[in-house]
Amino acid sequence: MLDLKRIPAGAWLGLVFTTLFMVAAIFAPWIAPYGLGEIVGNVWEPASAQYWLGTDNLGRDLLSRLIYGARTTILIAVLATALSFTLGSVLGFTAAVVGGWFDTLMSRFVDLLMAIPTLIFALVVLSVLPSTLVTLILVMGILDATRVYRLSRAVAVDINVMDFVEAAKLRGEGSTWIIFREILPNALSPLVSELGLRFIYAVLFLSALSFLGLGVQPPQADWGGMVKENKDGIVFGIPAALIPAAAIAALAISVNLVADWVLNRTTSLKGGRG
Amino acid sequence: MAKAGTQAKPEVLLDIRNLRIEARVFPPGEAPRDITLVDDVSLTLKRGKVLGLIGESGAGKSTIGLSSMGYGRGGCRITGGEVILNGRDILKSGKSGIRKLRGREVCYVAQSAAAAFNPAHRLMDQVVEAALLHGTATRAEAERRAIALFRKLSLPDPENIGRRFPHQVSGGQLQRVMTAMALCSEPDLIVFDEPTTALDVTTQIDVLAAIKDAIRDTGVAALYITHDLAVVAQVADEIMVLRHGKLVEWGGTRQIIKEPRQDYTNALVSVHEIEHREKKPGTAAFLSVKNVTAAYGGGTVKVLKNVSVDIFPGQTLAVVGESGSGKSTLARAVTGLLPPSEGSVTFSGRTLANRLADRTKEDLRQLQMIYQMADVAMNPRQTVGAIIGRPLEFYFDLRGKRRDLRVAELLEKIEMGKGFIDRYPAELSGGQKQRVCIARALAAKPKLIICDEVTSALDPLVANGILKLLLDLQQEEDVAYLFITHDLATVKSIADSIAVMYRGEVVRYGPKSEVLKPPFDAYTDLLLSSVPEMEIGWLEKAIQGRRMESAGN
Repeated sequence: MLDLKRIPAGAWLGLVFTTLFMVAAIFAPWIAPYGLGEIVGNVWEPASAQYWLGTDNLGRDLLSRLIYGARTTILIAVLATALSFTLGSVLGFTAAVVGGWFDTLMSRFVDLLMAIPTLIFALVVLSVLPSTLVTLILVMGILDATRVYRLSRAVAVDINVMDFVEAAKLRGEGSTWIIFREILPNALSPLVSELGLRFIYAVLFLSALSFLGLGVQPPQADWGGMVKENKDGIVFGIPAALIPAAAIAALAISVNLVADWVLNRTTSLKGGRG
Repeated sequence: MAKAGTQAKPEVLLDIRNLRIEARVFPPGEAPRDITLVDDVSLTLKRGKVLGLIGESGAGKSTIGLSSMGYGRGGCRITGGEVILNGRDILKSGKSGIRKLRGREVCYVAQSAAAAFNPAHRLMDQVVEAALLHGTATRAEAERRAIALFRKLSLPDPENIGRRFPHQVSGGQLQRVMTAMALCSEPDLIVFDEPTTALDVTTQIDVLAAIKDAIRDTGVAALYITHDLAVVAQVADEIMVLRHGKLVEWGGTRQIIKEPRQDYTNALVSVHEIEHREKKPGTAAFLSVKNVTAAYGGGTVKVLKNVSVDIFPGQTLAVVGESGSGKSTLARAVTGLLPPSEGSVTFSGRTLANRLADRTKEDLRQLQMIYQMADVAMNPRQTVGAIIGRPLEFYFDLRGKRRDLRVAELLEKIEMGKGFIDRYPAELSGGQKQRVCIARALAAKPKLIICDEVTSALDPLVANGILKLLLDLQQEEDVAYLFITHDLATVKSIADSIAVMYRGEVVRYGPKSEVLKPPFDAYTDLLLSSVPEMEIGWLEKAIQGRRMESAGN
């Protein structure tokens, strides 16, 4: 099925980098040369053979913190995206298929949530609730689910009026079959492209929260938090804050290269054989 | 009219020599390769003459038609030959040369006017656009000309119809507006690409007459593309029969329809003949529609008024009428998709629940449906095996090997091989798609299959094959059909009884032999006389002999 030779160069690049980030995230304790909170040198040492990326504002190894940070950042982003997609698409499809009061109620509720700026909403909630991983994931997932809901409902409303869905209804199929077997496979393309984007928004959102001090709490490392810790160095020409920022950018680009390629494959109506 | 080079126009307007058109295809499981769509076709067209291009889909007729304006659709490439228009080879004239020619010397009338008009602009702006762009007329002149054309094409309210938007006029009217658009810039050649195929017979006759008059009065030459020989016989001076991109036969209209020299032309000429002996209606109807009234929009728009029909086991009831007459709504009322506001549907002696959601699985199994557009009636993400297999799983709980066996059996029944089991709908031809839909309906072992215009999107030869298949299956499986169509030729070949519908009411109902026996009521007469006959001069006779106008939908 999967012909390795036919994967385009862009997708290869994306695949390699995404895998690299994933491996770093999963095997962080074995890969990282130093511990997460271990102070190994002076403050803001430049890159050297000993500390490949230099040290941070407390003299911790930047590379090690970056690797541990990948773990926290990617874990939270993946779980939040998974939550937002499951919640958003299932509710969106159901609203489109069931229609009537359920649709109206859900859609107006989502409008209500979307009317409040996401960042402010998250800041308010997170400052009230205890800042744990679970609350962070829940808040991010639910806020993002509103966007996914909008998209999947719009896509499903179009598919729901097609003859093949009517044929399934005439056959007597239940809503579950119609949602998961008739509509979902046909709505996959826009959802996959949204998935790549949403994952990256989750990373950015988490970084923003951490930068503002309401995301991942120290001594845990995450990329947004690392930018915050090292931002004062920029004034003195020390690039330590730029390195985690570059990691965020690299992850964003590589994940979307992969998403684009998956998208190309799922749009084919001939089972990817054409 | 001072067009450049008017004095030096040669008598032969269009001369296509050894045309060859190729496209790249991506067949499943193989490397992409080039195929030849049009192979070594030559034709000449004199000024003011009409040449009919005819053949089934894939014959290359549209491709040849479009080549006269130097256009290759969807990746088609013109790889050989010459297209000489007004004495110069347009394939060598480059992009800007072709741009000068399109919309000025050659215009195009598309099959689906509804899809070809921009819904966001008023009709008049679109009609005069080409003339303004090429600077052949000022806006005032062009609009005056357009209004004259609207009048000539007998559009209602010619002064003001240009101010409407495309969705505000009917399909037949839109097709005539498109003809006016093509004529407005006073071209030398118009390419008509199946301009009446999507229309009802009763509307088709009006559009056909309008096009014919317009061609005669303006002296424009035309390429008329269609798959209906009877239609082309009314307008063309000469006919060219094409198959698989190759020329089959080229001759005068009379010669082609009266004395075809090739077997294939002969097959096209005699395509509609299916012998079907009418079955006598039994005593007990298993499905009766009693005084059904149904409406859309919460009762405001009544589309079915007090309709009663009976269906007998193993027989076919054909419902005929033009679009908007309520035929499809009748099917929706029977299936429960649109619950009737009054009246009831009885099945095997008991009353069926009005709403789909209240019906039992067994009731649903007994009523199956086949759609007009086979390609949207199947989930494009499911294989043929999954599509046919699902009713087996759902109704009979057949799984695994036993299911696959039955799917293969059904594929055999619809005259398709086992190899199709893993194909996706996008990998099937139009006729094959419709066959798969038939197999899906049959898989449920129903007593009644509702066929909603199942052959109207297909070529005549393919449609013929589908009709024969349906008749054979009726014999084998003893299934009844509720056959909805606007095509009377189909009705004659398949029906046992007929209901003629007009504006939501059944105006004539009974066994086939009685319904098709004179004296007719005015509407049945209009329907019958609007079916094109393969005879020169039929159009004029039919228009004169009409007793009423069509509803104009």
